[in-house]
Amino acid sequence: MPEAAVTHHGAHAIPRLQHHFDTMAQQKEAATLGMWVFLVTEVLFFGGMFCAYMIYRMWHYDGFVAASRELDLGLGGINTAVLIGSSLTVALGVHAAQTGKQRQLVWMLIATLVLGLVFLVIKYFEYESKLHLHEAHHAAAMVRLFPAAGWFEVTGELAPLAGGIRLFMVLYFAMTGMHAIHMIIGIGILAVILRMAMKGEFTPQWYAPVEIFGLYWHFVDIVWIFLFPLLYLVNRHG
Amino acid sequence: MSFHPQDAELHDHIIPAKVYYAIFAALMVLTVITVAVAWVDLGLLNIVVALGVAVLKASLVVLYFMHVRYASRLTWVVVGSGFFWLFILLSITLTDYLSRGWMEAPMLVR
Repeated sequence: MPEAAVTHHGAHAIPRLQHHFDTMAQQKEAATLGMWVFLVTEVLFFGGMFCAYMIYRMWHYDGFVAASRELDLGLGGINTAVLIGSSLTVALGVHAAQTGKQRQLVWMLIATLVLGLVFLVIKYFEYESKLHLHEAHHAAAMVRLFPAAGWFEVTGELAPLAGGIRLFMVLYFAMTGMHAIHMIIGIGILAVILRMAMKGEFTPQWYAPVEIFGLYWHFVDIVWIFLFPLLYLVNRHG
Repeated sequence: MSFHPQDAELHDHIIPAKVYYAIFAALMVLTVITVAVAWVDLGLLNIVVALGVAVLKASLVVLYFMHVRYASRLTWVVVGSGFFWLFILLSITLTDYLSRGWMEAPMLVR
């Protein structure tokens, strides 16, 4: 049967279909499911840090309130909007890939890249201001991350809360730092996806890399959705 | 294996673009709400509202941006198990830390 010989290997009959899958739908299901298994491990990875935050917030609530008010709510709020905006552009990018609009896909990925970089630049200035807090503090109280000696220095009226403030700042840098590393990795993956999109490699039948990158990007957005109220908005009243 | 044209199709549920814009608008409104509520003294309810809004925002992202609403049952089970294990991590830790001090240990000298 010569005809059967030609179509025996699915990969030859259907472009982009790996030989160990029967259909494109099955192949994409396996890809997205695999990404979700990875994201579940990520949920628990960040979950450990959220757990530490939860316990220390109960133990040192007043210190957490004082330290949280030292954070720049304006920059944190802008970054929240930037990340949600980037999730929208990724979602619209996947939609463009699904409907075969290759130019729109490229532009949406470029917009996502720009928004991701804007987030990191704002984060850099936030870190910088936290590292030089002595320039922006109120005279009565002082929080320094890296004073001449030791790691943290809390003086003035905040001194009694020094323990809680130190724990909060450690968690702030650990959690936002790990989040920022995920952003940097995401931007690296995005650059590869963008290059593939510019070559016109994605079709409505095969766009799994765009979809899977989207899942990762949305997950990083979700982490920030929890970090923002827990770090910047512990207690702003009173 | 013989070739069937339908094997090349994905049969994906394509969410209309306007739904994504609506989800984006809802996420922005919820962000404004979560900031505004932080300035009002609700006592213990402050953290409940903050986390409630965050869970609602995360659910919108998972269900629509991440397409889980239209995903297979198997994907639902995997996603659900992830958040269920997170719930176990946080809740069982809380049973220890919240209940400390409820009872005095008789041999504990303070």
